[in-house]
Amino acid sequence: MNVHLIRRKAVNVAMLSLTGVCTVLAVGVLFFILGYLVWNGGTSLSWNFFTKLPTPVGEAGGGMANAIVGSAKLLLLATLIGVPTGFLGGVYLAEFGGTVFSSIVRYTTDLLNGVPSIVMGIFAYTLIVLPQRHFSALAGGIALGIMMIPITLRSSEEFLRAVPMALREAAMALGASKTTAVVTVVIPAAIHGIATGIMLALARVAGETAPLLFTAFSNRFWSPGWRQPTASLPVMIYTYAIAPYEDWHRQAWSAAFVLLSLVLIVNILARVILSRNRHVRR
Amino acid sequence: MQTNAKVIMETESTDIPVDANSAPKVGAAPKIAARNLNFYYGDLQALYGIGIEIFEKRVTAFIGPSGCGKSTFLRTLNRMNETVKNSRVEGQVLLDNQDLHELEVSEVRRRVGMVFQKSNPFPKSIFDNVAYGLRINGFAHGRADLQARVEESLKRAALWDEVKDKLHDSAYSLPGGQQQRLCIARALAVNPEVLLLDEPCSALDPIATSKIEDLIFHLRDSCTIVIVTHNMQQAARVADFTGFFLLGKLIEFDATPVIFKTPAKKETEDYVTGRFG
Repeated sequence: MNVHLIRRKAVNVAMLSLTGVCTVLAVGVLFFILGYLVWNGGTSLSWNFFTKLPTPVGEAGGGMANAIVGSAKLLLLATLIGVPTGFLGGVYLAEFGGTVFSSIVRYTTDLLNGVPSIVMGIFAYTLIVLPQRHFSALAGGIALGIMMIPITLRSSEEFLRAVPMALREAAMALGASKTTAVVTVVIPAAIHGIATGIMLALARVAGETAPLLFTAFSNRFWSPGWRQPTASLPVMIYTYAIAPYEDWHRQAWSAAFVLLSLVLIVNILARVILSRNRHVRR
Repeated sequence: MQTNAKVIMETESTDIPVDANSAPKVGAAPKIAARNLNFYYGDLQALYGIGIEIFEKRVTAFIGPSGCGKSTFLRTLNRMNETVKNSRVEGQVLLDNQDLHELEVSEVRRRVGMVFQKSNPFPKSIFDNVAYGLRINGFAHGRADLQARVEESLKRAALWDEVKDKLHDSAYSLPGGQQQRLCIARALAVNPEVLLLDEPCSALDPIATSKIEDLIFHLRDSCTIVIVTHNMQQAARVADFTGFFLLGKLIEFDATPVIFKTPAKKETEDYVTGRFG
């Protein structure tokens, strides 16, 4: 073997090991976090956590039932605002938009996506909390919903664009109008990807804390309706983790574990439901 | 060089222009006619003064080297070219003596069906693929009628026996040749008067190809068929008439045996004998 070949093989081995190590590192961090959460959060999790309200300081037991329901309500409202707007906007951009207007919208959406979440919080605070003079679930849901718009919009657009032109042509060759083709062929073909995008958006805002601190605020009791401040898992994690009580730290870990599990369950459920009617090209 | 186009252009007086020199003499009526048709992609002219008559319930093939405009011409016959941005068409295409541009575009495409080069079934079940055209056009009256029409279309496309037990499987689970016949069944479901086939066999193996050719042979009883093909043997096998395109012009159009055995034009002879292309 000549020197050149030996050198090439050495470089190959070195680069291969380097990429391998980096992959293990990336995956390792994720599994470390997951393991740590399960270890700390899972072990101190009890049935009470899901059914009881938080107890006053010093009193043992208690749970975060109100925060779980609060988070669910906030995410529901955020979905109702973010998903239709983002999805329909994506349909417009991908299928009907002109070149100039579309690129402006696309650029604006990317900017919106880059706006720090705390700024979204201030926006909702100024727009809803200040005029109403009280924190509310409504304000928190709107702040999260606005954050969902750009993510949903861009992912919907991308997945719609990825649908082959041949399918649109096939529909139009059968007498379908552009709109009919989009509704009956293009959107169904892209729905799996679009739903994944929505799940990602939901997962992203589910953990948002900053915009909730001064919109939904927090609440140690049940929060009926939309006009009162409500507890939510991320804010509870924040409050409990920085508190000086050992008991609260354990509950913060449990809350983190529950939050992650909920996001995972929603994600898996959505995939299962969608995969039932899936058509994969060979 | 005198092409058909010019001859037809000069006889504007009658409803259906007939070129006595090169128009094939048959007892069939023209289903589609093009008159002095020019087509542009932006500034690029793709078709030059095409004039032709396509006869009812006959198979007409277009041959020619890549980029000669045969597919472009095919796509003007159901106005699919309009989906291309900045495209422009001049001249007339007549369907049963009616200008295509005076008809609703959806009506044109219902009456003039199309099958594409690469099979493009929808990501739906086999049944839903065939039912698609019936549903969007509101052609089926009730579930039983829909099922009957889907079955009939699959039978016309000679696919029924192969798929009748798995109608609700994904269309993508079928092998390539069957996918293409599914696309034909889907096009047939809305009962088109004309069926345009744009190189339907170019991605298929010889066995699948021969099945499609058999199908074309049987469909000519109920449908006017126009097929674009790269494969000269295929044109010779399936077509009653053949047109030869070169550089956006229709060089010669005649009965298939004439084109392949005694073509009038030098370019046609050079192409069919394999001297170029």
